[in-house]
Amino acid sequence: MQNVNILIAGVGGQGTLLASRILGAYASLSGFDCKLSEVHGMAQRGGGVVTHVIFGDRVYSPVIEDGKCDFLLAFEELEAARWAYSVKPDGKIIMNNQRIMPLPVITGAAEYPADIAERLKSSVGRLYTLDALTLARAAGSEKAVNTVMLGKLARVAGFDFSRLKSALELSVPQRFLQVNLSAIESGYGAGK
Amino acid sequence: MNEKDKNKQKKLAIGNYAVARGAFEAGVTVSSAYPGTPSTEITEFLAKYAEVTAEWSPNEKVAAEVGIGAAVAGARAIVAMKHVGLNVAADPIFTASYTGVNGGLVIAVADDPGVHSSQNEQDSRYYALSAKIPMLEPSDSQEALDFTRLAFDLSERYDTPVFIRMTTRVAHSQSFITEGERQDIPLKPYEKNADKYVMMPAGARARRIAVEERTLALQKDVDAFSINRAELNNTDLGIVCAGGVYQYVKEAAPDASVFKVGSVYPLPLGAVAEFSRRVKRLIVVEELDGFIENALKAAGIACEGKNLISPTGELNAGKVRAALFNAAVPAPSATVGRPPVLCPGCPHRGMFAVINKLRLNVFGDIGCYTLGAMPPLNALDTVICMGASIGMAIGAEKARGREFAKKSLAVIGDSTFVHSGITGLIDAVYNNLNTKILIVDNSTTGMTGHQPHPGTGRTIYDEPTYKLDFADVARACGVKNIAVVNALDIKAAEAEIKRQLSLDGVSLIIAKEPCALLGKQKRPPFAVTSGCKNCKACVRIGCPAIVNRPDAPVIDAALCSGCGLCARVCPFKAIAGEGV
Repeated sequence: MQNVNILIAGVGGQGTLLASRILGAYASLSGFDCKLSEVHGMAQRGGGVVTHVIFGDRVYSPVIEDGKCDFLLAFEELEAARWAYSVKPDGKIIMNNQRIMPLPVITGAAEYPADIAERLKSSVGRLYTLDALTLARAAGSEKAVNTVMLGKLARVAGFDFSRLKSALELSVPQRFLQVNLSAIESGYGAGK
Repeated sequence: MNEKDKNKQKKLAIGNYAVARGAFEAGVTVSSAYPGTPSTEITEFLAKYAEVTAEWSPNEKVAAEVGIGAAVAGARAIVAMKHVGLNVAADPIFTASYTGVNGGLVIAVADDPGVHSSQNEQDSRYYALSAKIPMLEPSDSQEALDFTRLAFDLSERYDTPVFIRMTTRVAHSQSFITEGERQDIPLKPYEKNADKYVMMPAGARARRIAVEERTLALQKDVDAFSINRAELNNTDLGIVCAGGVYQYVKEAAPDASVFKVGSVYPLPLGAVAEFSRRVKRLIVVEELDGFIENALKAAGIACEGKNLISPTGELNAGKVRAALFNAAVPAPSATVGRPPVLCPGCPHRGMFAVINKLRLNVFGDIGCYTLGAMPPLNALDTVICMGASIGMAIGAEKARGREFAKKSLAVIGDSTFVHSGITGLIDAVYNNLNTKILIVDNSTTGMTGHQPHPGTGRTIYDEPTYKLDFADVARACGVKNIAVVNALDIKAAEAEIKRQLSLDGVSLIIAKEPCALLGKQKRPPFAVTSGCKNCKACVRIGCPAIVNRPDAPVIDAALCSGCGLCARVCPFKAIAGEGV
């Protein structure tokens, strides 16, 4: 199987790391080779964070090569714009239409780009947008944005959804499981 | 067994977990470190094994000495540090190369190509060459586990400490590992052997010769190590590489022949020479400096390397492909940056607001508070290394005089003060200076993920222990002017800092307030009221919860931690909330 390259981009605290670990468990259950690349340390402090997930028959580099990303799972609009260049011409972007202002915008030193979705639509194979924050709240927790996003990814990428839910069960503490299962279902069903 | 069942026995793990697991399986009983990205998790994972006694040491030098002591006393020991931590630990490590070990000693050092979370991009491989200590470099998590186990065997077989070199990408990437059983390694007898362990000149001269003999023996044996291997493929192009770079090479040049170096010191020069004879063109692909390339050239092996591959930054498969085959690389999108910031409610922010108000010269240090150098605070004039704030403030006073010192401040964190600030403090008192020092004490080692330190009164196991009191330390060092302030009460803190700046002699001001991320209870959010004159004073403190809007700033209630700093800096009392 051709390797699947998934880039998860967001802001420190949005739960991108857990999303990548659930996908790692999914790859493991599927019998694929898999590598994940994480970000720790200074960059986590409210900065932009990006994790790489690659699975397939044989994975070498844990980092997705620029321009080779199949699916960009963007938890935030500006981060979608930042990493869009790394998506294949026929790749897909799944974007949570949440906006988290970076400090240069907060202080007025820069402006938040106004037309991100429009520009992305014209530059990539396919753009899917969803309001993952609202769906996560409805599922029971704002923190479940990450599992809402995974549900949408499963739909767009055609992943085995019941296996992805098994991966979720392996990766999330029991007390948060129900919320996360509702969240992943709502992402899977969103805007189909 | 099909592929799916096989993978069920494997687990995904970051490289740092695999180093810890490898050390555990090798029978390690002692582990020491000072936290530092990207090495921190090695020791955190080792602390979870009941068979291992782990510690956070005050700094990397002490951590190395603990490891050396444990090894000389007959145990297998591992010490972990980031690349710049190796500078701090270099003194004992260089001479431990002479004494050798008793039980195996492994020093895991994590470099940071690309400078993700560090102050420089130094290449630790030169330490192996300079200290004549073998260095192994794994390329993924399974190798991190296997190489660490092997390193302990080599350490005892050749009577030397052994380095495991990690890089950020190998340390923090997950790949599959298969775990093994823990070896039962009995403690070796403790031997008094002054010729080997007392490094006075006569003994050191003799051990110097032993080091040369050991290096020659290793150089002879290393060609046959299975961690050094040729993967022959198309022989038009032969690539020599090591560590994580191997993965980029396999992806970028799948048809090329590859020599995968496992021991970056000593290098398997004989085996590489043999490989070079079988390929038409030989290129060394390595991150940072041309360490392997230079060694091959010195050994008379013709090769290319840094003429094609940049010595700066982190490599990836795309960069390798671009360098080898002139392939195009897509350019990153130009968009607004998202730099790391001090968190909402961070107690450091108020101190920087005071510092900026007083227009001081500020010698900064390493920690979360280094982010005070970022806009809009721009509060630090210098950042060099752990503990440098105090030494540099002393030097600046010597260069520019007492009046300059009274407008200057060394700003240092609590964990950093313990790491290497205390000696600077002693220097300032001893040499009759007027150095003014502010400890921003948030009761944790914040940036690396909240590790305890001697000033927190807790151990790595969260057990209670003696809590180092910085005011007591300062008194014992002879500091006359000592003040403790609440970091959130900036009015009182400002008055105290001003008073201390006016005094003769060394001053130590301790601004206390625990890290906002440690807070158990979130306070209610603040809000901008109709009294706002849109003066932007609150925007200038650089809080991520305060959004600058044209008519008036708005506080994002979801992000606000309720610290009240914005209300305290507001000259019109137009921000309302509890407790201010």
